[in-house]
Amino acid sequence: MDVLEQLGKTFFDWGAMGKVIPEMLTVGLPNTLILAISSAVIGCILGMVLAVMGISRNPIPRWIARVYTDIFRGLPAILTILLIGLGLGPVVRMLTGSTNPYPLAIFALSLMAAAYIGEIFRSGIQSVEKGQLEASRALGFSYVSSMSLVVIPQGIRRVLPALVNQLISLIKDSSLIYMLGLIASQREIFRIGNDAAANTGNLSPLVAAGVLYLCLTIPLTHLVNFMDKRMREGKAQKLDPDEAAAVIGKGAQA
Amino acid sequence: MSDFNPGSLTATNIHLAFGANKVLRGIDLHVPQGTTASVIGPSGSGKSTLLRVMNRLIEPDQGDILLDGKSVLNDNPDELRRRIGMVFQQFNLFPHKTVLQNVALALVKLRKMPKDQANARALEQLDLVGLKHKADARPGNLSGGQQQRVAIARALAMEPEVMFFDEATSALDPELVKGVLALMTDLSKGGMTMVVVTHEMGFSRNVSDTVTFMDGGVVVETGSPEELFSAPKTDRLKGFLSDVL
Repeated sequence: MDVLEQLGKTFFDWGAMGKVIPEMLTVGLPNTLILAISSAVIGCILGMVLAVMGISRNPIPRWIARVYTDIFRGLPAILTILLIGLGLGPVVRMLTGSTNPYPLAIFALSLMAAAYIGEIFRSGIQSVEKGQLEASRALGFSYVSSMSLVVIPQGIRRVLPALVNQLISLIKDSSLIYMLGLIASQREIFRIGNDAAANTGNLSPLVAAGVLYLCLTIPLTHLVNFMDKRMREGKAQKLDPDEAAAVIGKGAQA
Repeated sequence: MSDFNPGSLTATNIHLAFGANKVLRGIDLHVPQGTTASVIGPSGSGKSTLLRVMNRLIEPDQGDILLDGKSVLNDNPDELRRRIGMVFQQFNLFPHKTVLQNVALALVKLRKMPKDQANARALEQLDLVGLKHKADARPGNLSGGQQQRVAIARALAMEPEVMFFDEATSALDPELVKGVLALMTDLSKGGMTMVVVTHEMGFSRNVSDTVTFMDGGVVVETGSPEELFSAPKTDRLKGFLSDVL
């Protein structure tokens, strides 16, 4: 019984949790969301640039995209965050006078996200049938218009589930920026839990942080599954019987 | 069918090689204004490639392409392609857009037509192919035959001077072929200039004004449907016809 009681106290001390939860919701949650969403947005923009470079017919941009992707996908997240966050800190201070590491944290997360998202976009774009580009060019669209109006929108649609997965990763990876020494109001969910755990010698605040992460990530995971299923099976549609027959007759013809 | 403003199309001495693979070896093709030329031949003979060279989706290594008697090789290829409509074996409708948007897209983006005007025009074209009621559907919810008719409407909306058909019925179920061929026949009778790469010998024989038989990247025989189908001169064409008829 002692063991159970001990474990219960260590992980589920309701009092300790109750004390940390308000700050976790008012400070930690907004910071985690700001970090994850802003780096996802920047990562998407940079990722699209990388993807377009990656499918270029010119080997130089292709090569640059390849090297970038290999480096930022190949490094541990925490190492990138430390190198960017600490390494660029003095440069930013020299240029702007700011000593705030928060933008650098977003920057580091964005650079990593871009490498993954770039690969996601590239695979999506390359999965679009060649005939789509050809049909668009045959109508008189330039290569750039064809890509941006016809090919890329279809490619992005196909990789939406993978993009949401990337957002889940970013929500979790945003916890790593605690290494950069943020001020109290900049702390995200994990840091607040961790600080409280350190102060009280009890792990319950970290459990509370964990629950809060799961509240964010589990719905997203199910959103991914839903999107996946929907893409595989299509939206339930009502067809006239003769049209339904025609579609079935055509097999899987898109 | 609506009024066309067709042009004549001429290809002279077209050569094209992919590496060591010589796909086209000196092709000549002349399609007078308002006529339909069908191009027949075994797979791999270069028929589809010839179409793509004539609208410069692929640039020829040698030779000239004339639209209305003027060489188009120095024109902007994007502008050339706006004057030539193309219909593909696999339809290639844009699946992320509605049927109406498929037809209106080029009008809005390339012709810079106001959206409501482009939509009205697109609806007109869809009406001509009998699919006005499908305007808001996605291509994926249409049968193959319906998709191909939308693809034809999409090409016609740009008021092309010439229409290319690249095995437009080859991917269709037999019962859906008829509707598409009927539409192509209407276009031909309506005076459109057409180049039709096809395996439909009935269409080639009954609808087209000239038939060109290609094999191995060269034109083996060309002439009226009567001449080619009733009195083939070469053994290669005789062999081909006995295989397909």
